[in-house]
Amino acid sequence: MLDIIARILNREAGGSREIAKERLRLVLVHDRSSSSPELLNALKEDLIKVIRDYLEIDEEALLVNFENESDSVALIANIPVKGFRRVVNE
Amino acid sequence: MENGKPESKVIVVTSGKGGVGKTTTVANVSTSLARMGHRVVVMDLDIGLKKLDLILGLENRVIYDIIQVIEGECTLKQALVKDKRFPDLYMLPAAQTRNKDEITPEQVKALCDELRPDFDFIFIDCPAGIEQGFRNAIAAADDAIVVTNPEVSAVRDADRIIGMLESAGFKDIKLVVNRLRPDMVKQGDMLSIDDLLEHLCIDLLGIVPEDKNVVISTNRGEPIIMNNRAVAGTAFTNISRRLLGEDVEFPNFEDSSFWDRFKLLGRNLFSSK
Repeated sequence: MLDIIARILNREAGGSREIAKERLRLVLVHDRSSSSPELLNALKEDLIKVIRDYLEIDEEALLVNFENESDSVALIANIPVKGFRRVVNE
Repeated sequence: MENGKPESKVIVVTSGKGGVGKTTTVANVSTSLARMGHRVVVMDLDIGLKKLDLILGLENRVIYDIIQVIEGECTLKQALVKDKRFPDLYMLPAAQTRNKDEITPEQVKALCDELRPDFDFIFIDCPAGIEQGFRNAIAAADDAIVVTNPEVSAVRDADRIIGMLESAGFKDIKLVVNRLRPDMVKQGDMLSIDDLLEHLCIDLLGIVPEDKNVVISTNRGEPIIMNNRAVAGTAFTNISRRLLGEDVEFPNFEDSSFWDRFKLLGRNLFSSK
């Protein structure tokens, strides 16, 4: 009897499977991002390549990192801009 | 690989997290392959914390261990324990009073090369963890099987191990999900097979449902595959058949509970006019 009540209460709270899925997703994003510094470095180099065409940036001070919030993971890039390229409008 | 028969295969069974059922998987898959007539040897590399001899029920027959072979105190043949129930199954025991750092990947490779000509399958029971013992265990392997449970901590460790196996050059890594409780998945209280595959992205080799009979057969030292009525036994036998290349369908545990079948039966009875 108690078991049935517990089950009903549980169901109302939403199954723990969904909680597990979400926690797993987050932890894996975090684990994979921190276990692959090569990935981050490659991304950084590509970012520099693209941005260089538009802006003058301080490549030494460029920071790219993953940041964990309670329910999300974000890619945070801090890119100091030294100057803009002169744009020639046709 | 160069010496020995090309078809002999070294398979490492690993998991990262301890207690998910690596040794049970190794014991049952190898026993079932031996029962089908394949020549199988199981190498216990969980040095210092051995379990395989107990699960296979061979603990009283152990004379020498793998460290003694490596240190030249006995020959490899002398150390191999033959399973009387399955004439094609042999076990190379781990040492209980030594530790994992006392052997090197090269020594494990040399042992496997010595075993290859005489066996179709060489299974390596890998210790939990990602240290030296893990590196020793994967060094000689051609293929890898990762065992996990439908539980966040086990899946996280499995993910880490898969990453390490991939960077060590393993391809076609296979997943075994052990201790699944279909009733709990259905109730929304356990990760499903699809949930796991979505994250781990490797091929599924087997699903082993939680089964009380596993405890009973471990108590007795008899592999669960010897119990024809145990669902876990069937699951392990199916894993062996898949390893042999057979296309064995995965039973859909998730919607075939007893009650479902009962309801289906009722529906069929009432709708048959």
